[in-house]
Amino acid sequence: MRRNQVAVVGAAETTELGVIPNASQLQLHADAALNAIADAGLKLSDIDGFATAVETPQQVCHYLGIKPTWVDGTSVGGCSFMLHVRHAAAAIEAGLCKTVLITHAESGKSMIGKLPRSIPADSLQGQFEAPYGVYGPPSMFPIPVLRFMKTYGITHEQLASVAVIQREWAAKNPRATMKDPITVADVLNSRMIAYPFRLLQCCLVTDGGGALILTSADRARDFSRKPVYIMGTGESVETPMVSQMETFNSSRAFKVAGPLAFREAGIAHGDVDHLMIYDAFAHLPLFGLGDLGFMPYEETGQFIADGNTRPGGKLPLNTNGGGLSYMHSGMYGMYALQESVRQMRGIAPAQVPNAKISVCHGVGGMFAASGTIVFTNER
Amino acid sequence: MAEPQRARPKPTPETQHFWDGAKAGELRLQRCDACAHVYFPPRPFCPSCASRKVSIFKASGKGFLYSYVINHRPAAPGFTPPYAIAVVELDEGPRMMSNIIDCPQTPESLELDMKLEVAFQELDDKITLPVFRPAKG
Repeated sequence: MRRNQVAVVGAAETTELGVIPNASQLQLHADAALNAIADAGLKLSDIDGFATAVETPQQVCHYLGIKPTWVDGTSVGGCSFMLHVRHAAAAIEAGLCKTVLITHAESGKSMIGKLPRSIPADSLQGQFEAPYGVYGPPSMFPIPVLRFMKTYGITHEQLASVAVIQREWAAKNPRATMKDPITVADVLNSRMIAYPFRLLQCCLVTDGGGALILTSADRARDFSRKPVYIMGTGESVETPMVSQMETFNSSRAFKVAGPLAFREAGIAHGDVDHLMIYDAFAHLPLFGLGDLGFMPYEETGQFIADGNTRPGGKLPLNTNGGGLSYMHSGMYGMYALQESVRQMRGIAPAQVPNAKISVCHGVGGMFAASGTIVFTNER
Repeated sequence: MAEPQRARPKPTPETQHFWDGAKAGELRLQRCDACAHVYFPPRPFCPSCASRKVSIFKASGKGFLYSYVINHRPAAPGFTPPYAIAVVELDEGPRMMSNIIDCPQTPESLELDMKLEVAFQELDDKITLPVFRPAKG
């Protein structure tokens, strides 16, 4: 794909975030969509392309009253929206549609109108993982951590510092769910969830949603919002079974998607002003820093513990507070994208001064899938 | 009301040999006749070279502890926390999820790279589950 040919011209989250007891999941899609359409200064009838995950495109399009000529229902977990951005950019460039709406919403906490998630007993996961007591992401996602720690000499304190530093970012964000400062000791004394991870190293569970609107960079000039260009994109999948990853020392999906996006954008790591790495759990930023090639894996823990990713640090990371402190509805990728767009527009609550390039890296499932988007505000 | 039950696997035509093996006290893997790749989970072709000529064989049942968590909450039905959910790397190469029996479920007792051997837990008259225990000697 050619860089900077497509731009984000509308971006918004649901009106409320956190606990939303008065709206179904489907209505949260609509709330986010209507906010994004208003943000872009468009009408619903301007939307001719649509993408969403978990809910089907037909469900959300019918509810909103959209008649698309292009749809994408790619549903690979929390990074689905990164893949939607990539696919939408290609579709716009190919002339399949002009204006794409991407929505995410999840009633993750209140569970209103949320589709049931179950693992069939005759699926591979049902046969070869479920019988051993896995029960939701906290029991599965951290399974690689101890091997990663042993291979690279990563410490429990370093993994705790991820949560501490993201809380520093969240403190600057009025919409963050958790804002009170925490220490490494607080993290290491919080209640055990799945050793080696404790409560403060696991993502929040909240309600919310978000939506993006993309169009061609040429048309983007006519919009009131500062266009945020799609500079590079990457995607991949590995396995739905965490036990079957090629190695626990890295994520193959990360190592495919991340470098693809960097190559397409034509950037080096030193060019990155702002970074989002989907943090469902505290080890993901370490995998991300290593797999995206920012530094050797051995240095990732110390890099964060030393404060390089905190406010004022040289590589601002997860500046909304992340899934650990901002919000996490279940599929957090949309909120990482929203924060990258805010940073590129220059309107983030914890704005990185003069940021021109933002990398937004997502995970789906338990390292099952990955999508990476490089944004820029300069064409 | 009956106690909540541990999740029961339901075999498919592609995996039946594995579950038949477990019932007979064998850990069965598959090897590609064309490229000798040994793989898991079961499927009737080689995921490395795509050959459909593959053979089922009895694995040694030996391996080592590759990684794990000790799950505290939420606990899966049929499990009493804390319990370890482990990934075992078999001597033949493939890895599989498992539980570690005959061993305290603590970080001190569950050392990465410790040698393990297969054991079999009968869940009911249809399903026997391979699990692992610290290797003797």
